[in-house]
Amino acid sequence: MAKPFDIRRQTGFNAIAMACFVLLYLPIILLVIYSFNAGRSVAIWEGFSWRWYISAWQNDQVQSATVRSLILATSAAIFSTACAVPAALATTRQGSFKGYTFVFALINQPLMVPEIVTAVALLIVFAAVKVATGYTGFGYLILAHTAFCIPFAYMPIRARLQGMNLNLEQAGADLYGTPWRVFRHVTLPQLWPGILAGAMLAFVTSLDDVVITEFVKSAGQDTLPTYMLGQMRRVVTPEVNAISSALLAISVVMVMAFFFLSKTRK
Amino acid sequence: MSDASDSVARRTSRNRWFLLTPALVVLTLAASGPLLVVLIYSFLTPGDYGGVVWKPSTDGWFSVILQRDFFTDELTFADAHLSIFWRSIWLSLMTTIITFVIGFPTAYFIATRPANRRDIWMLLIIIPFWTNLLIRTFAVMELIRNEGTVNSMLIALGIIDQPIQMLFTDFAVLVGMAYVFLPLMVLPIYASMERMDFSLVEAGYDLYATRWRVLRNVIMPLVKPGVIAGSILVFVPSLGAYVTPRVLGGGKQLMLGNLIELQFGQGRNWPLGAALSLTLLFIVTVALLFYVRAAGKEEGHHG
Repeated sequence: MAKPFDIRRQTGFNAIAMACFVLLYLPIILLVIYSFNAGRSVAIWEGFSWRWYISAWQNDQVQSATVRSLILATSAAIFSTACAVPAALATTRQGSFKGYTFVFALINQPLMVPEIVTAVALLIVFAAVKVATGYTGFGYLILAHTAFCIPFAYMPIRARLQGMNLNLEQAGADLYGTPWRVFRHVTLPQLWPGILAGAMLAFVTSLDDVVITEFVKSAGQDTLPTYMLGQMRRVVTPEVNAISSALLAISVVMVMAFFFLSKTRK
Repeated sequence: MSDASDSVARRTSRNRWFLLTPALVVLTLAASGPLLVVLIYSFLTPGDYGGVVWKPSTDGWFSVILQRDFFTDELTFADAHLSIFWRSIWLSLMTTIITFVIGFPTAYFIATRPANRRDIWMLLIIIPFWTNLLIRTFAVMELIRNEGTVNSMLIALGIIDQPIQMLFTDFAVLVGMAYVFLPLMVLPIYASMERMDFSLVEAGYDLYATRWRVLRNVIMPLVKPGVIAGSILVFVPSLGAYVTPRVLGGGKQLMLGNLIELQFGQGRNWPLGAALSLTLLFIVTVALLFYVRAAGKEEGHHG
C-alpha cells in the first residue's frame, strides 16, 4: 500500500530545516569545544584542559572587563526596567491618547535606528559633554545602555499588561482602593513575571552590546565584548573561546529562564 | 457633569505624562536628542584633529557622493563611497535572499510539527538570536579562517593542498551576516505560518494542485506578511552592520557602517561621518515605510 498522502509535506523542506539547525549550532559548538583545547590552536585538537579558562580568569584585563560588563548590565537592566514599567502602564491602561504614536516611536527608536548611527550620535554628544564638564566616567555608558535597553524591557511588560484581566483592577477600584494601592496590591503581583522577563532581556541586551559601547567608552573602560573585539585583530588563542563560552552560558541560561517564565502565564 | 469628566480627563492625562517622564527623558538624552545633534554636525566644517569647527558648510553632504578635484576644482562622483554603498546594498540583499531560502523551509518545518513540540523547536532558533552577535561572528571566523576547521578538514581529506582564502572576503561577510541574521527571518515567517489554516492547503490538493502549486498559490500568499517582515528585519540590520564586516571583512571589505566609523577615526571628517549616518538612516527609514505600507495593505486584504 502506498504511503498516505501527507498534505503538510513539501519536498526537501525537512532536509533544509535540518541543515539549518546544524549550521546554526555547529560553529557555536566548535567554539565551545576548542575553548577546552590543551594546545594554542583553535582548529587542531590536542586534548582536554581547563588551561584557557584559568588563563582568562587570571588575566587582569579580562577580570576588570567582566566586572565592568556585569555592573553595566545590572545598572542598565534596573534603570531601563524602572523607566519601562511606568511607561508601559501609561500606554496600556488609559486608552489611546494624543501623542501615542510619537511616544511609541520614541520608545522603539533604539530598535529601528541602526546601532552604528546611535553610536556615532552618542560619540558626538558625549565628546562635547566630556570637554565641557571634564567628566569621563562610567555614567555615559550607563545612560547609553539604559536608553537602548528600554524597548527590550518595555515589550514583555506591555505584553503582560495587555494580557491581564482588568476586572481585578476594577474590583480593587470599586472597593475604594486608591490608584496606588490598586497598583501595589492588584496589578504589581500579576505583573512580576513581565517585569522579570523585561529586566532579563535588558540585561542580556546590555551584556551583548559591542557597537555603542565601543564608541561611547573612554580609555580603559573596556567591557568583555569590546575587549574581545580588540583581541580579534591579533592571533586568537582559545582564551577568547573560553570567554565566549562563559558569556554564551549566561545568555543561554537567561533565554531558557525567559522562555519558561513567559510560558507559565498560560 | 462635563466639569467633572473634564477634570478626570485632565488628571488622567497629567498622570500619564508623569508616568512616561522617566522613559522619555532617558530616550531624549541618549537616543533622539543626539540624532538631532548629528543633523547639525553634518552641516559644519571638520576640525583639524577630529571634531568640528562651528562654521556652516554643506561639504559634508557633498562628499557623500561627490568629490572635488584637488587641482581643477572639478566635481566628480566619489567612486570609493558609491562602491561601498553599492556593496552594502548588494550584500544586504544577498543576505536577505540566503536567509529566506534557508529560513522559509525551516519555519515551515517548525509550523508543521505537533503543537506541543513547536515551542521547543522555536527555542532552538531563539537561543542563537539572543546570544552575543560578536561571539557568533567569531564562531564563523574560526570556522573559515585559513587554519580554521573547514580548511583543515579539506586538507586532511586531501581535497585541497593549500587553504582557500575565505576570511577577509565578501564571501566571508556574506556567510557571517546570513548566519547571524537567520533567526530574524525564521521568527516572523513562523509567526504567520503558525496561524495558517491547513484546510486551505487540503482544499488546494483536492483541486489537483501539485505540491509546488500549493506552495506557490496557497501557502505563499497566506504567509506573505511574515515574509515581508522577515526580509525587512534582515535587510535593515544588514545594511547597518558594523561588527560582522569589521571582523570578517578585516578592514578591507568595508560596508557603510565601517565607512562611517572611518570618518570619526583616521578620516577625521565628522561632518561627512554625520552625513553618511543620516544617509544610512534615510535608507533604513524608506525600507521601514515600505514595510508599513505593505503590511497595511495585507491587513486591508484579509481584515
